[in-house]
Parts: sequence; C-alpha cells; structure tokens
Amino acid sequence: MTPLFITSYTVTSALGHGKAAHQLALRQDQSGLRANDFADAPLTTYIGRVEGVEAIALPAALARFDCRNNQLAQLALEQDGFAASVSAARARHGAHRIAVILGTSTSGIQASEQAYRHRDASGALPDSFSFETTQSMNSLPEFVRHYLGLEGPAFVISTACSSSAKVFASAQRLIESGLCDAAVVGGVDSLCAMTLYGFNALQLVSPEPCRPCDRDRTGISIGEGAGFFLLEKQVSHLSLLGYGESSDAYHMSTPHPEGLGAALAMEQALATAGLSPAQIDYINMHGTSSRTNDSAEDKGMQRIFGTATPCSSTKGATGHTLGAAGAVEAAFACLCLEHGFMPGMCNTLTPDPELGSALQLHAKARPLQRVMSNSFGFGGNNCSLIFGVNP
Amino acid sequence: MITVHVAGIGLCGPGMADWPAGRAILRGELSFSSELPNPAPAILPAAERRRCGQATRYALQVAHEAVTAAGIAPTEAAVVFASADADGENLHYILESLATPEHEVSPTRFHNSVHNAAAGYWNIATGAHTPANSIACFDHSFSAGLVEAATQVVTANRSVLLVAFDLPFPSPLNEVRPIVAPFATALVLTPQATDSTLAQLTITLESRGGESRCARAELEELRRGNPAARALPLLQAIAQQQQPSLLFAWGGNDVRVEVKG
Repeated sequence: MTPLFITSYTVTSALGHGKAAHQLALRQDQSGLRANDFADAPLTTYIGRVEGVEAIALPAALARFDCRNNQLAQLALEQDGFAASVSAARARHGAHRIAVILGTSTSGIQASEQAYRHRDASGALPDSFSFETTQSMNSLPEFVRHYLGLEGPAFVISTACSSSAKVFASAQRLIESGLCDAAVVGGVDSLCAMTLYGFNALQLVSPEPCRPCDRDRTGISIGEGAGFFLLEKQVSHLSLLGYGESSDAYHMSTPHPEGLGAALAMEQALATAGLSPAQIDYINMHGTSSRTNDSAEDKGMQRIFGTATPCSSTKGATGHTLGAAGAVEAAFACLCLEHGFMPGMCNTLTPDPELGSALQLHAKARPLQRVMSNSFGFGGNNCSLIFGVNP
Repeated sequence: MITVHVAGIGLCGPGMADWPAGRAILRGELSFSSELPNPAPAILPAAERRRCGQATRYALQVAHEAVTAAGIAPTEAAVVFASADADGENLHYILESLATPEHEVSPTRFHNSVHNAAAGYWNIATGAHTPANSIACFDHSFSAGLVEAATQVVTANRSVLLVAFDLPFPSPLNEVRPIVAPFATALVLTPQATDSTLAQLTITLESRGGESRCARAELEELRRGNPAARALPLLQAIAQQQQPSLLFAWGGNDVRVEVKG
C-alpha cells in the first residue's frame, strides 16, 4: 500500500494527558490503574480513569454534545497542539478534503444510563436527554468534526475493541481512492456502567490491577482513553506502513483458541506493508489480561513471528480502553518509534509458562524502526497495524 | 472518482420480503404494503438465530440473499455493515437492567450490544475470515457504508458485501429517535463487471447539498424515516433499469452516484 504519514498525534489515558506524560510513565513501568472510584458502577475492581474529564466544558455552540465521551474527546484534542495542527492542515487542504474517522464502542452511553434512571411516571425520558448527540454512535465524529471545523467525509467505526485501529485502514483507503487528501483518525471510549457491569457478567473483570500474560492473571481492568492522529500524504518522520483486518468466525465473545484470526490480521499487515516478520522490532500486544485473549494472541504471534520478536501489553498501565485501545496503543507505538524504547508490562510478575512469545516485563531503551500494534474485539474482529519511523 | 459493480441485492422491509418483491413495488407493479416480514435467515444456525436480536436477523437475511444472487461464496467477500445504532431493542433492555438496583446485565445481551454483532454472527455463520467492518453515521449511515465498501473494492480489488439495516427502537427510545419501520438491504459490490452485474456505480463526493428522493409518498416516508432506507433511490433506479445521477446526503460531503445499467 501507499504509506501514509502521521503529521501530528496525541494520547490521553489513565497515565496522563498528552505524549510527554505517557512517554515518562511508559519508560518507568508506571501504572495508572486505581481502586474503582467510578460512582456509576461500584464494583470491586481497578479502573483506568482519566483525571479531569468531568471538569471539561464543551463550547457553548456544541453544548448539545455534552457527555463524558465527548468531554474526554475535547480534553484529548487540546493536548500536544493537536487541534492547532488540524487547523493548519485545514488551511492547506480545505475543510472538505479532510476526513474524520473515529472509533468507539459505547459512544456517550453514560448519558442514556443517567436518562433511564430519571424516567418520569409515564416511562418517558427527561426532556434534557439528546439521543442523537450523546448516545448515538455518530455523536463522537460529529462532535469532533464540528470542534475542529472540518467538513470532509466523517463516520464512526464500532467493532468493539478493534474500532480505533480499523480507522487507519479506512482512512488509507479513502485517501488512496482520491476522495480526500488527509484524515483525522483516532478513538475515544469512556467509563460507563454498561461495560463495567457487562464485562463483570462475563466474569472477565479482575478484582486486582490486571496483569497481562501473568501466570496468575485474573481478568481485565477497564479503562478509558483517547488518541488522535492527523494522516497526510506529505512526508513526515512517522508513517503508517501497513494494516491487516480479519475475522475469527468462531465466537461472539471468546477469541479463536489457536489465534487464527489474530494471525491472519498480523500476516495481512505484513503483506500490505511489504515486510517480513523479522523486520518488526516490537509488537504492542492487545494483551487484555483475560486468560483466553492472551493465550490466543500468543499462539497467533508465534505462528507468524516465532518466539524472538519482543512484545508487551500496556493494558496493565492504562487498563483496557476498549474502543479507544487501537488509537491509544497506536500512539504508544509512535512514542516508542520516536523515542527509542519498548514499554514493559507493569503488574505482570510471573510470565505464564504456557506462553511462548518474548514478553518484555520491563521497559527498555532500544532504537526501533518498525512496530506492530494489535487490537482484537468481540465478534472476532481483528486489526493489526504497522508503524515506522524514518531515521 | 471510483467505479464499482452491483452483482447482487438483498432486501427486507415493509411489504418487501426479498429483492424480487421489493423490485415489483419499486417498479410500481405491486402496491406498497406496510406488512412486516419475519426474517429467519437460514444461513444462521438455529442456536445463534435464537441468541441474536431481530436487527441481526434482518441484516443476515439480506446479506445471504445478496451473496446468493451474486453467485459468490460468502467466504470470498469482505463485509461492511452500516447501521445508525444497530440493535436498539437490546440496548433498551440493557439500559433498563442498569437502572435497577441489581444492575444485572445478561452476558448474551452484553455481547449482542456491540455494534458489530451482526458482522460477528455473519462471520460465525459463514466461516468467513475476511475483514468485517461495522460503521455508523446516524441518518447518513448508508452513504458512509457505500463509500467505505466501494473504497475497499477498488483498493483491495475484491468483492465487498455492504449491508445496511435499521430497526425501530422500543419505547421510550423510539420517542427520542423515531424510526418508522424496519428496513435492511444488501449490495454485493465487485471491482469488475460479472455475469450477475445489475448496475455500474460511479461514485464521487461533492458539497453542493441536496439528496435524491422517492416520488411515491409511502416510499419517501420510509426513506426519510429509516437510515438504511436512504438506499431506496438507488434500489429504485436498479429495479426500473434507469440510469440516473443520484445524490445521497452525508453531512458536508454528499455522495454522487452515477448509475449505469
């Protein structure tokens, strides 16, 4: 495929706001997980909550979009000069030629959860509830498009936990087809009662901070986060080199036990990038810390890479940010490439002896040229991305 | 500008149990009926058919019809599912459960809550390991789906199955987001013309505004009242073997589709 260049990016998660905070935390194996203090779902677990989301006020003209997910989106857009970079790109390309493709799994569902708790005697929802601009899937790209003053093709991808990895693939196709010249891609997912209680019903929520790939791992920690990227054709030092998308065709909420779909996505990503497995320096795993995911992903990686390629999961630092995980971890891949390091796996003490991949427990400085990022979701929906840096 | 070919169509909506029935209505050979079909997609194993929601049944019914008509193996095509909010009934039950003191969410309802549930059931039913996308753009979901599918066709040089589906929400969501009737349609898009080709579509984006409508009042009401039914002007052109230039609204960018028989 024709490579696309990343001319600006930013990330916000439980580790902090913006790139500098993340680089520091990831290099020092710090975790942003905390004992659950999210009032909407008081379960005994740990969460990756972003500080300061509630304090964000949307512009008055966009007040109808007010919900936790869009507050988090705005908080993230204002880090690292991202919104300003988009503004400059708008002057270069024109507002109509910049697409907005974003991933989310639950959009602004917290607004509906609150509205359902405040139905009147007839069962009607409060007048203040605005479905289209909060709960509806398209709320996120519509808010971001207005916030950034863009008028290009805009839509949301919602394929559970691979959502905001797949946005890179769709943007690449849209630009390669000539339907636009640049794209803002990324993803946002925010804490809500549905995902905490839902994953809890599936017995996937850990009572302790999650420990991806640990022998004694007891499930996932749910987090929230946001990542945004500006993709353009003009040469820059960071680039999207390849993407692979596949389906498990196995089960709605359990990955293929042999990692078949995961392996197909990784293989496809290498094929579109025109790279051999040995040319990948580090893999940022999906690594949710569920027993089945980590085992399936390990088998998938071994099938394509053997056992020598260094890999780690950063979910112990951020929690599983679900529909934002693709974008958050794509940003981590870019940080690693720019600053020459591989993150470790905080909280993971004893690597599961049944896993064969080269797990990196501790952050390590090392120059990297190409990094793969894996994202796998419910419905057996898989996406692998490859990013590179020009020295 | 991108060009793709329509190799097969699936349809399920009021008075339209399948594409031949819908085609007759769109040609004016049959009068419009509000009678709703009850899709039971044969491609889905009975256990999965019970487990999934009505939205997924509509989606898989039209998906199966379209690939069968196109004469392609379901394992061959990538899929793009486009729906404003997918399974609204499932969402309603989850929100009701969360509003109770017990907060008990059924595990099946939770995994059905993902927007890509229909895509997941399709992959399980067909055994297809091909890429599956699930996208939304509120009332313009069909426009976004058509462009996403068409760009996949031309950049990967492969067949893509596009499925658009939207169903009414139960109360009280239906009062804040009214959808007039269930509607689903599927198009198999191919890079080259085949023996099954029904039409060639040439797609560009423009920003002048406006959109194509249906002349008949009942069809226009359906088109305006269900995001997936925004596909009706295209289906009507193909049914009537006309070659119009159609416009599908998509926010600031609208999708121009030149239809050739």
